[in-house]
Amino acid sequence: MRKIARFFGIILVVVVFLTILAGCGGTSRAQLKVYNWGDYIDESVIDEFEEKYNIDVIYDTFATNEEMYVKIKGGGSDYDVAFPSDYMIERMIREDMLEKINFDNIPNYKYIDDRFKNLDYDPNNEYSVPYMWGTVGIIYNKKMVDEPVDSWQILWNEKYAKQIFMLDSSRDSIGITLKMLGYSLNTRNLDELEQAKEKLIEQKSLVLSYMGDDIKDAMIGEQAALAVVWSGDAVYMKRENPDLEYVIPKEGSNLWFDAMVILKGSKNKKEAELFINFMCEPEIAFRNTDYIGYSTPHIEAKKMLDPEILNDTTAYPTDEELANCEVFEALSDIIQEYDRVWTEVKAATK
Amino acid sequence: MKRTWYSYPYLVWMVIFIVIPFLLLLFYTFTVNTDKGLMFTLDHIKRLWDPIYLMVLLRSIVLAIICTIICLIIGYPVGLILASREYRSKKVLALLFVIPMWINFLLRTYAWMTLLEKDGLVYTILKFFRVPNPQLLYTDQAVVLGMVYNFLPFMVLPIYSVLTKLDKNIIEAAEDLGANYITILKRVIVPLSLPGVISGITMVFMPAVTTFIISRLLGGGHYILVGNLIEQQFMVVGDWHFGSAISFVLMVVILVSMGIMRKYDNEYEGGAIW
Repeated sequence: MRKIARFFGIILVVVVFLTILAGCGGTSRAQLKVYNWGDYIDESVIDEFEEKYNIDVIYDTFATNEEMYVKIKGGGSDYDVAFPSDYMIERMIREDMLEKINFDNIPNYKYIDDRFKNLDYDPNNEYSVPYMWGTVGIIYNKKMVDEPVDSWQILWNEKYAKQIFMLDSSRDSIGITLKMLGYSLNTRNLDELEQAKEKLIEQKSLVLSYMGDDIKDAMIGEQAALAVVWSGDAVYMKRENPDLEYVIPKEGSNLWFDAMVILKGSKNKKEAELFINFMCEPEIAFRNTDYIGYSTPHIEAKKMLDPEILNDTTAYPTDEELANCEVFEALSDIIQEYDRVWTEVKAATK
Repeated sequence: MKRTWYSYPYLVWMVIFIVIPFLLLLFYTFTVNTDKGLMFTLDHIKRLWDPIYLMVLLRSIVLAIICTIICLIIGYPVGLILASREYRSKKVLALLFVIPMWINFLLRTYAWMTLLEKDGLVYTILKFFRVPNPQLLYTDQAVVLGMVYNFLPFMVLPIYSVLTKLDKNIIEAAEDLGANYITILKRVIVPLSLPGVISGITMVFMPAVTTFIISRLLGGGHYILVGNLIEQQFMVVGDWHFGSAISFVLMVVILVSMGIMRKYDNEYEGGAIW
């Protein structure tokens, strides 16, 4: 019996050893690890990039900026390229988490509209290449909501109890509540934050569910009447279900930019720059924009878009609609308070 | 038994995946990052005494207890049937019970979402029978349903395995002495199967109290349970210290309840999975 056990023991050791060896003797192809929002790219673009440059792309997704930040900050992940939003880029620059991009390697940067360069989050334009932009607003089903939707207040209307989807994202949900109360969504005033918390807890009994990307399918399937969504998702949802309509409430909302960045310590900076440049090629940028529905900062890609989309204020809102909108700022010290508020909202029993 | 060299891989495994993580957990629970470096603190544990967080813990435990009780009520008769003389030879039935477990439980939970959602199968059936407000998805009931569905086999299998090992002569002896089926069940079968029941209870209660994915998918992020709270601290907020503190308290709760279980368990030897 002992002999048999020993025999199998040795076999096991050999197998484990060989497996580890096989793992080490990897491929000669360069690798690039990309970390992007879920459902935020035309995936055929990745295959094309792999083929063209003979680079393996490992593609992972996240659902909120915070999730991405925590994963990268926690260490252990070795992503090369990520797609954070404005305030998160600001925070990551401040915490020295990003690598400066060599723009000589990104000739396609010339296609990016000047409106989207040198924005507050990256004032000297050293770290980021804009990918998409958009707003946060309310999408509603015209068959289920008969009154005009123009204010965040409707999300607190008892009439729509259990007919509302909220975003499971701290900055967005607290932000729109602050806007409804007439405050800035970058407030540093703890009293205003407390008020927003009370409002959000009050709203809990009306909310059907707090979700992320699942909202899209749920709204198309008419699971609820109202939802807080990002503008590009609204474009997609309206395409799938014509009864849906998107508005930016009159109190104002969040105007945001997502950009491509290279993470500090990336071992494949050259490949990362190739990738970012590739994403800015007119044809590629167009395909991504067309597929995901968000608004592009790319001049050539915008020209190729269907005029119907260009005239739709969901993706390309008027200056008037954007008048009250604010861009998120990184709130270094006070951000813990936002986290605490959101944790307490989620934990509260209504 | 003499410890032989081939038990070492298991020891290494235990150290890497149980002992070290546990020490890390303790470390994070009782430290805080200050300007002067890491300091010892009890603040994270204290923060948990906020009624909001206590309610979350309480709600998780209550839901887990409800789930365990329902599993027991359904599971024991099922175990009896599976182990009874008529079905003993037919292993197919037991197999049918196990087959769903071959499918990833996440997929099965997603399937429930489709069944329960508005205009889904269950919704339509309930509506047909004029049940008012048949929306089940994103409620407490949906979470309990999901837990019972996922954890029921963990209740049935230990009970079934204890019952099949029962000495049939004892039952026959009881019959010879004139006991009817109810008396046999009450005086012979149930007491002898208690070890199986107790391991079933532990195996259902523990995953139920710590689950976070079932409550997230079927509860819609409303009814956050302690598992969600911990996940949120690690994945979204990045406050590992508070997350560890919640895990630590949860662990104490589980250890205490297991200790109580163990006390009963020791009275009935053998048959248990532990």
